[in-house]
Amino acid sequence: MNDTLVKVDNLSKKFCRDLKRSLWYGLKDLGDELLGRSHSSDGRLRKDEFWAVKDISFRLHRGECLGLIGKNGAGKSTLLKMLNGLIIPSEGRIELKGRVGALIELGAGFNPILTGRENIYVNGAVLGLSTKEIRRKFDEIVDFAEMEEFLDTPVQNYSSGMRVRLGFAVASHMDPDILLIDEVLAVGDVGFRAKCFNTINNMIERTAVILVTHSMPKASRVCSDILVMDRGVNVFNGKDVAGGIDCYYRQFNVGEERVGGSGKAIIHDVELESNGVMGIDTVEHLDDLVLHLDTTIDGEIKTPNISVLFINQEMQDVAQCSSYFNEQSFYNQGERWRISLTLRKINLNPGRYSIGIAIHGKTRIEILARYQNIKVFWVRGKHVGFAPVQFQGEWNFTKAIDT
Amino acid sequence: MTRNETTIYTPESSVRHPLMMLTAMTRDLFACRGLAWRFAVRDIRAQYRQTILGLTWAFILPLANTIIWIFLNRTGIVNVGETPLPYPVYVFSGTMIWAVFMDAVNAPLQQTINAKSLLTKVNFPREALVVSGIYQSLFNGIIKMSVLLPALLLLGVYPGWPLIFLPVGILSLVFAGTAFGLLLTPIGALYADIGKILPLLMQFLMYFSPVVFPMPETGWAAVLFKINPATPLILTTRDWLTGMAPEYTALFFGVNLLVLAVLLLVWIVFRLAMPILIERMSS
Repeated sequence: MNDTLVKVDNLSKKFCRDLKRSLWYGLKDLGDELLGRSHSSDGRLRKDEFWAVKDISFRLHRGECLGLIGKNGAGKSTLLKMLNGLIIPSEGRIELKGRVGALIELGAGFNPILTGRENIYVNGAVLGLSTKEIRRKFDEIVDFAEMEEFLDTPVQNYSSGMRVRLGFAVASHMDPDILLIDEVLAVGDVGFRAKCFNTINNMIERTAVILVTHSMPKASRVCSDILVMDRGVNVFNGKDVAGGIDCYYRQFNVGEERVGGSGKAIIHDVELESNGVMGIDTVEHLDDLVLHLDTTIDGEIKTPNISVLFINQEMQDVAQCSSYFNEQSFYNQGERWRISLTLRKINLNPGRYSIGIAIHGKTRIEILARYQNIKVFWVRGKHVGFAPVQFQGEWNFTKAIDT
Repeated sequence: MTRNETTIYTPESSVRHPLMMLTAMTRDLFACRGLAWRFAVRDIRAQYRQTILGLTWAFILPLANTIIWIFLNRTGIVNVGETPLPYPVYVFSGTMIWAVFMDAVNAPLQQTINAKSLLTKVNFPREALVVSGIYQSLFNGIIKMSVLLPALLLLGVYPGWPLIFLPVGILSLVFAGTAFGLLLTPIGALYADIGKILPLLMQFLMYFSPVVFPMPETGWAAVLFKINPATPLILTTRDWLTGMAPEYTALFFGVNLLVLAVLLLVWIVFRLAMPILIERMSS
C-alpha cells in the first residue's frame, strides 16, 4: 500500500497585515472569484501583504507521517488550513485522495448547555459521521472517554480535561485516509495522554498523517518525514528526521549567558576537552568529556561545592553532576582554582546541550554564583534517538533450547 | 466524501467550471442534511433549555408588538386607516407573519457568526449552516402559527379550506427571508456594520409592507408597497390564514420564482465567500 495520498505542489498563501485593508481585499477577491478570475490572482503582493506560506511542495504516502515543525508564525497552521480546505491557496495545488480527518480542535461544535450525550451526536456530525455511524459507535466512544456516569450532565459542568476526553473519543472514531493533527494532545492527564498516543499510532499505520508539533521528542517518535518551515518557506524537507529536528533547533539561539547568585564566586573561564583536545565544542557519543573550570571563590567560604547541569534543546534538565553528591570537596581560602571534571562515556542523545554551573556554599541554599548557558556543545553520533539518554548496552543473544 | 474520491484545491475560481460547481453544490446540500438537523436540534434545545418561558419566546415579541399597535391605533396616536380585516386581526396576523420572515432573514448571518470558531477549524459542508437556519425558522414559524390560528378562531375569523395552503405561505416567507439574509451574509461576516444596521433596515421594511399598515391606495407609499417583494407573500399568506380571497396569487408565485433564482445565486456567492471569510476570522 504505497499509494500517494497527499500531493502538494508549489503551494503559497498571502495574508494582509492590516485588518481594514484585509477586509477590503477580501471583498475584492470575492468579486474576482465571481467573475471567474483566479483567487487573488497574479503572484504579486499588494500593499501590506506578505507570504504566510511560500512555495511548499511535498508528497505523502499511506503509512507515512509528516512532522510539520517551525517557530511560531512560520506558516504551519496556515498550511494545515489549506490542506483542510478551510482557506484557498493563493498559488499552487493540493491533491488529496480519500477521506480527510482533522484533529485540530477537540469537541468542535459542543454546546455547553447540552448534555454529553447530545454533544456526541453534534460533534460526530460536524466531523462527518452519519447519525447511523455515531449510533453504532456510541458505546465505544463513551467507553473510550470513560465517562458513562456524566453522559446526561451538561457539558458546561465538565472539567476541561473531561471535555477534551469526550472530544478526542469522538474524533478518534473517524476513519480517515488522511489525518491532520495540530498540537491537540498536550492536554488531559497522563493516562489519557498515553491512550491518545496509542490511538494516534494505530491511526498512523492506516493513514497519511500531517502533524504540527513543537515537541521534538514526539516528532522523532512518530514521524517518518520532517518539513521545517521558517517564515513561510521550506528550510528542510526529507526523511532524515534527526537532521530536520536539528535544523529546527538551529533556528533558536540558546539564550544569553546569564549570571546570578550572591557574587561571592566568579567563574573566569570554562573550557571543554575531549580525547586530549582542548577548546572543543563537539564530543562524539560515548567519548569522555572533560570540563575545565577557572574560578575564584570568596575566602570566607571554606568548603564550596560545584554542580554542573546539562540542558538539552527541549530546555529539559537532562543530567547533572554535583561535587556535593559525589562527596568531593576542597578547602578554599580565596585563591584562584583550576578545577577539572571528567565525565566518562557521554551517553547523551546526540544533539545540542547547554551547560549551567552553580557554586554553592556549605549549605546548598546559599548560591555564590550561578552561570546559565555558560557553554554550548554538541554530542555527535551515528544514531539519534528521542529519549535524552542513549545507553550503550551489552547485549547477549542466546537461543533458547527446547527441553 | 467517499473513499476513493480525490479532492483538489487550487486558486482557480470554481465559477470557471459551472457543471462541476453545481455537482459539488448538490452533493454538499445532500451531504449536509444530517448535520443541519443536528445543528438545528442543538440550537433549539439550547435556546429553550435556559429559559423559563421556553417556547413562548417564539411569539412573545410579535404579541407585544401587536398590543402596542392596537394601543396606538385605539388611542389615535397613529391613524392606521381602513383595514380589510378588524384591526387586531390584521395587525396580529401581520406581525406574526412578519416575524417568520424576519427570523429567516436573521438566520444565515447569525448562524455564520455563531459558528465562527467551528468554521476556522473544521471542514464541514457550509450549507449546513443555512439549512439549519431554515429548519429553525420553520420550527419557530410552526409555533407562531399554532398560537395564531386558535387566536384567530377566538377573534371570530374562520379560515376555511384555503388554510391547507398555509404551509406554502410559510415556506415562501422562510425561503425569501433566507435569500435576503444570505445575500447580506458574505459582507455581513466581513463588516460588522451590516449586523448593526440590519434591525433598523428591517423595521423600515416592515413599515413599507402590509404588516401594521394597510396597503395605501395612492402616493409614493403605494408605489413602495407595490415594489416591495415581501408584499405579495405577506398578503397572500394572511389571506389564506383569514379566509379572504387572495388578490395577489400570480405575484405570489412570481416572487417565489424570483426568490428561488436569487437563492441559487446567493448560495453560489456564499460558497465562494466562505474561504475568504474564514481567512479573516480569528480562530
